[in-house]
Amino acid sequence: MIRKLTLGLAATAILATTPAVIAPVSAEDTQFFPALVYRTGPYAPNGIPTANGMIDYIKYVNAKGGVNGVKLTWEECETGYNTKRGVECYERLKAKKPVVVFPYSTGITYQLIPKAPSDKIVIHSMGYGRTDASDGRVFPWVFTTPTTYWSQASAFVKYIGAQEGGLDKLKGKKIALIYHNSAYGKEPIPTLQTLEKKYGYKLTLLAVDHPGQEQKSTWLQVRRLRPDWILLWGWGVMNQVAIKEAVSIGFKMDHMIGVWWSGAEPDVTPAGESAKGYKAGTFHAPGADFPLHKDLVKVVYDAGNGTGKKEGVGDVLWNRGMFNMVIAIEAMRAAQAKYNVKVVNGDQFRWGMENLNITDARLKELGLEGFTKPISTSCADHEGKGPVLIQQWDGKTWKVVSEWIAPMDDVVRPMIEASAAKFAKANNIQMRDCK
Amino acid sequence: MLYRESGQFKTSYAADQAIFPILQDKVIVWGFIVLVFLFPFFETTGDLKSLWILLMVNAMAALGLNILTGYCGQVSLGTAGFMGCGAFAAFKLASEFPELNIIIVVLLSGLASAAIGILFGLPSLRIKGLYLAVATLAAQFFLTWSFIKIPWLYNHNTSGTITAPPRTLFGQQVTGPIPGRGLSAAELDVIKRDVVISQYMICLVLLIVFALIAKNLVRGRLGRSWMAIRDMDIAAELIGIRPLRTKLLAFAVSSYYCGVAGSMLFLFYLGSLEGGEAFSINDSFLYLFMVIIGGLGSIAGSFMGAAFITLLPILLIRVPGWLGLTIHVETVTHLQFMILGALILFFLIAEPNGLARLWQIAKEKLRLWPFPH
Repeated sequence: MIRKLTLGLAATAILATTPAVIAPVSAEDTQFFPALVYRTGPYAPNGIPTANGMIDYIKYVNAKGGVNGVKLTWEECETGYNTKRGVECYERLKAKKPVVVFPYSTGITYQLIPKAPSDKIVIHSMGYGRTDASDGRVFPWVFTTPTTYWSQASAFVKYIGAQEGGLDKLKGKKIALIYHNSAYGKEPIPTLQTLEKKYGYKLTLLAVDHPGQEQKSTWLQVRRLRPDWILLWGWGVMNQVAIKEAVSIGFKMDHMIGVWWSGAEPDVTPAGESAKGYKAGTFHAPGADFPLHKDLVKVVYDAGNGTGKKEGVGDVLWNRGMFNMVIAIEAMRAAQAKYNVKVVNGDQFRWGMENLNITDARLKELGLEGFTKPISTSCADHEGKGPVLIQQWDGKTWKVVSEWIAPMDDVVRPMIEASAAKFAKANNIQMRDCK
Repeated sequence: MLYRESGQFKTSYAADQAIFPILQDKVIVWGFIVLVFLFPFFETTGDLKSLWILLMVNAMAALGLNILTGYCGQVSLGTAGFMGCGAFAAFKLASEFPELNIIIVVLLSGLASAAIGILFGLPSLRIKGLYLAVATLAAQFFLTWSFIKIPWLYNHNTSGTITAPPRTLFGQQVTGPIPGRGLSAAELDVIKRDVVISQYMICLVLLIVFALIAKNLVRGRLGRSWMAIRDMDIAAELIGIRPLRTKLLAFAVSSYYCGVAGSMLFLFYLGSLEGGEAFSINDSFLYLFMVIIGGLGSIAGSFMGAAFITLLPILLIRVPGWLGLTIHVETVTHLQFMILGALILFFLIAEPNGLARLWQIAKEKLRLWPFPH
């Protein structure tokens, strides 16, 4: 009894004296991150590695002592890639006071955008979601960092042009877009149509309905059309089926380019060796050869704390989920430094996202040298105009086969601004002054 | 089959025609109505929107489907499609006529759905049962297809997503995004709560009014002719009930309810949606489960079924947390499917007439208590 009492007193004494010396990191100093995941349903093959990447990085940061001493907490909520369930998840996790949400579905992103300003929760839709939300003057709370579908579509056209021997050679070429018939799949259409007028290729739109197993009629059309290039804008099971169908009609696989959500291991493994040559966009390198990966495996997986299988570390989508958390935590660090706080609130985190500056030197510190291009955002530009890489499946792994391709900013940015202005007008939003 | 209880000793015709012939029933329902009106002012967990508004929307849709399937005997798999008609009609009306009162928008949007419902009800004059279910399935697929394929429906935007515009009722904002700029988190919390409470109240009033109308419809001339058609259409025709008129009216009224439910879902719950996804075939099945589990041919059953299907999954997610267990989300999702499926099977085997019948049995037992014979 006496011993307990003394111990208790000693503990109280320590607790009472420390605050005077340094800002204490008490048990309450935690930052909550909601994780909208889909580990079940037709999109699970892609949802699982993405979620694992995010959670693994959180665990890694915690194992390394947190973000300036602040431990990160998280809770997963299963959306099944279903918009209604996603919104339910958001409403439920909102009670835990998150500062940011990663919807991992363009449909869910569209639902959350109107809620963000009043909930003071940042929406970070990394490389998906509503492209025109990159205009920070109209959408202060939405971030598409580091790049968007429209940028990617323009980069694809640039890449195809380069492969054909110049953008002027695109005239008369037939490009087919096979897309998921949803807000997600429709996203690149305006860009591709604008560029169609500019470069004179012939665009054919082929929609595939959710969940995407049924594509026979689509590929019949492809066979009739004989396109020179195919762009694939799919997700989940749809990718696997599309790639298998392309193989079975004998399409030249190196003339088929997938969106960055159609270019991961689960998409090509069912077709296996025969999918060799298939290309896809990305905005970061694949593989686990970076110092961060090695350290993470040591700290998280070897301690028996891994979320998925150890072999999954470094998969394309694992890397993407991890990269997503890297950006979020860098934004949190920026906000901590600016406002001199430990736990950041929504407004502060938003500032952090808006003033990101991840340089090459910082990437090196993170153990991610060469993993991606430097990222910086601003008040008006919530995208960061990230360039795009093309990676290719060699039958076993993904290999990067192109240089960084800068998107056609002169085409994309005015479209973003025009579309955002239209949204602002329809919803009585007063544009922020970003000067 | 669910029969009306004869109730207690009556001395007037008015008492004989009362909706609730049993005094205790009446007291419980009135008490419940008072409770649900007071509820939002004491609710602090933030479930008002994510749970209770959703429940009311589902109850409205189940009510609509029960009129068609439960009372008129026409199996429909197109509920979600008809709800979609209501949602898109509400969007078009609200965006084309910004001055229109939002309640009028909701009420009118049901009409669009009713018109489509009549159109897809026409085959019911020639085909019955499973074949009709297939015909309504076609309606479901056709409607979700048009929500994606007809750009006019979503004002030609690129994403195909419709968003509820901001509208007020008696000076209080009830739909659309809440402008957040320049306000502190605390101020916004108050504003958001007001909006949610007013959305809750609108849904509640609509639901009560429509349930009352439905109850009076089904116990009146129209409801009796629906039930006659359901029980034996040839006999019904012989006693002078016109099948064309009766069946199409059932489709119209049912779709009207579903349309109103759809516009409520869009305006007061989701706020923004994608037609192909929000009104999928899976949702149609869920509504069918609701009326089957709740009780075909029972207004109260629609509510019970909606509550069962809406609340149970959420309950299943939360139970491990209450018990202090940490179960992985994917396991919870799989468990949820299995338990929900098992419970549906159990209820159908134990009581094919649904929860409404169970409630009736409970009342009978209570009447005989403590000396059952």
